[in-house]
Amino acid sequence: MGKQLAIALRFTLVTTVLLGVGYPLLVTAVSQSLWRQKANGELIRKDGKLIGSHWIGQPFTGEAYFHGRPSAAGNGYDATSSGGSNWSPSSEKLAERVEASVKSEQAGGGDGPVPVDMVTASGSGLDPDITPFAAEYQAERVARARHADPSQMMALIAQHTQERTFGLLGERRVNVLELNLALDSEFPLASGGVATNH
Amino acid sequence: MTTNGWLQIALLFGVVLLLTRPVGLYLARVLERESTPLDRVMRPVEKLIYRLCGIDAETEMTWVEYGVALLGFSAVSMLILYLLERVQAWLPGNPEHLANVPGLLALNTAASFTTNTNWQAYTPETTMSYLTQMAGLAYHNFASAAVGMAVAAAVIRGIARREQKTLGNFWVDATRVTLWVLLPGALVLALGLVSQGVVQNLRPYETVHLVEQQSGQNATQRIAQGPVASQEAIKELGTNGGGFFNANSAHPFENPTPVTNFLEMLAILILPAGLTATLGKMTGSSRHGWAVFGAMAVLFLAAVTATYWAESGKNPLWHGVDQRASLSQSGGNMEGKEVRFGIANSALFAVATTDTSTGAVNAMHDSFMPLGGLVVMTNMLLGEVVFGGVGSGIYGMVIFVVLAVFIAGLMVGRTPEYLGKKIEAYDVKMAMLYTLIFPLIVLSFAAVSLLLPRLGLSSLNNAGPHGLSEILYAYTSATANNGSAFAGLNANTDWYNLTLAFSMLAGRFLMIVPVLALAGNLAGKRYTPPSQGTFPVTTPLFTVLLVSVILIVVALTFFPALSLGPVLEHLMLMAGHSF
Repeated sequence: MGKQLAIALRFTLVTTVLLGVGYPLLVTAVSQSLWRQKANGELIRKDGKLIGSHWIGQPFTGEAYFHGRPSAAGNGYDATSSGGSNWSPSSEKLAERVEASVKSEQAGGGDGPVPVDMVTASGSGLDPDITPFAAEYQAERVARARHADPSQMMALIAQHTQERTFGLLGERRVNVLELNLALDSEFPLASGGVATNH
Repeated sequence: MTTNGWLQIALLFGVVLLLTRPVGLYLARVLERESTPLDRVMRPVEKLIYRLCGIDAETEMTWVEYGVALLGFSAVSMLILYLLERVQAWLPGNPEHLANVPGLLALNTAASFTTNTNWQAYTPETTMSYLTQMAGLAYHNFASAAVGMAVAAAVIRGIARREQKTLGNFWVDATRVTLWVLLPGALVLALGLVSQGVVQNLRPYETVHLVEQQSGQNATQRIAQGPVASQEAIKELGTNGGGFFNANSAHPFENPTPVTNFLEMLAILILPAGLTATLGKMTGSSRHGWAVFGAMAVLFLAAVTATYWAESGKNPLWHGVDQRASLSQSGGNMEGKEVRFGIANSALFAVATTDTSTGAVNAMHDSFMPLGGLVVMTNMLLGEVVFGGVGSGIYGMVIFVVLAVFIAGLMVGRTPEYLGKKIEAYDVKMAMLYTLIFPLIVLSFAAVSLLLPRLGLSSLNNAGPHGLSEILYAYTSATANNGSAFAGLNANTDWYNLTLAFSMLAGRFLMIVPVLALAGNLAGKRYTPPSQGTFPVTTPLFTVLLVSVILIVVALTFFPALSLGPVLEHLMLMAGHSF
């Protein structure tokens, strides 16, 4: 018994050095030399300052931007506190939140029933994507706010729609941050990039 | 439900099916100490470990000695993890200057990772330093998986050996599985994940300036970083499931693309599936291995179908929402799900993670439709034998095989036999002990928690029948060593930290002891050649019997509790009730 405990202690220490220190540091070293940009989170820089990560959603609420999904991470898109609402389908609070989101999207001029991803919070609270349906649903509102033609918005959405991998894996989607950055560069707002609320 | 969804499900299952045999045969070679292509790299490391630790690799152990070594290792490594959490603030590898972890939470977490559960009562981003995550939590992802595989090896040897007292050497099994399977597998997978976009760094959290600046709101966003890929890889491969981030595999930094999602699901399933072929190979009956695989496959595909159907459904409480599947959205119940995965991949991942004892999630199970939640909870209640945990799946399944053979023997009135071994009173007692400990813990603690308004009910996030589901899910997940959660439940309280820690330890070690006892007893038996009255364990009929035994045991035990939780919630929701 005593002998086995002594082995246990030594085994824990030796394997911790190998698996708990050596292994992650090796993966870090290889990743940082081969895929530095990816290993650091695909950070996006504009005019010398960091403005986001390709993978991490940001809050967009103005009329002139495409909106992402409702977020339950912290107070919304808090990337140090990821998570979902964890409300059940029978939850009254969830039904009320969905109703509020439906109203606000329809008030923006959306037509017909709202795409379900626009009114549901993602699992991470940081979902970078919306469905093509959700982007198209907002095209008219954004076009109006940008003094552009809805067909131009539809073209921009099509251009930023990510297809399924190999035509098979995952779902078709639109990265909201990338779409809005393209929007800002191709249809700039008068007041220097600050969204105006009508 | 869409054709594309079914194709994605078929692709994953097809790849698992194709890899089961080669992976299983490789595992058998590693456990039998036969030569492999990795020997040139790993043999020197193996010998070094034996020398540094004072391990005599040539001595075999009885089941008691094997159990003592296993429990000793688990106890010592758990204590070290606890201490690491308690002093992390004073150690390097903590760029965010996170505080020491409070006592009961540290205890719960140490129990959780030592038992391969990876239940997380904390938010990792704001609780665990990089050093704790790497040298503590990710380390235990290797260690607990190696322990599970070692027990599986001992049990398979118990079935295969004749008139012998020993089951192998625990230290040798744990070392070889780590060096030949877990470490190289994790290394390759981790690098594959980084190449797709999973982060891997030791940098402090980044602050970025939001694109849309609005008065009265945050102008910046802080983005958590860390050595994610190295932990993500072993988290899935070792069926551990503890997320580097709170949102686990739903977090874009853990699981950014459909490709990483596919690789993670494959990593979850491949070792438990492969072990069925190892069982076949080492017992000399590969058809028995496939018969067991068949039972797992039937239960797996049934669960995937049911969950996919449930999550594609419409929520009758929501109005003005388009939930129809089309080319431009996957529709269905998207609360708690990511757009890039949609319904099919969320349902598939949920079943893979709960059928195995992984517990990683790429969608929030708490927000699943009631029947979807019912399926994932039932997957765990089956005792984590549908592929199951690395190692624990196959040894749990052997228990059900013993019961199935026993029941078949009763039906024809002969002494039951399993691969040439007579199954006698002692063996059935050990199997029943294993089967009874699990519901005893789950149902007792769930019942007590429901009776304690201040300790139990105050943690609930949802009212009505779903509240009962949240508590039942927690004790099921902990005792089955799964680790997924109906995460609305606030489990970081003294009551839940303590009782769930107890459930995890009991669900792991109280069940390993009867399994090893059974294996030790089987190893000592004489070989009885099959006769006319032997019920063959290699046929589709056996597969059907095995599936039936599993379902009957679970249905009789848990149906009342499930009918008060998810079943009632489904009926009331469909009638338009909310809570």
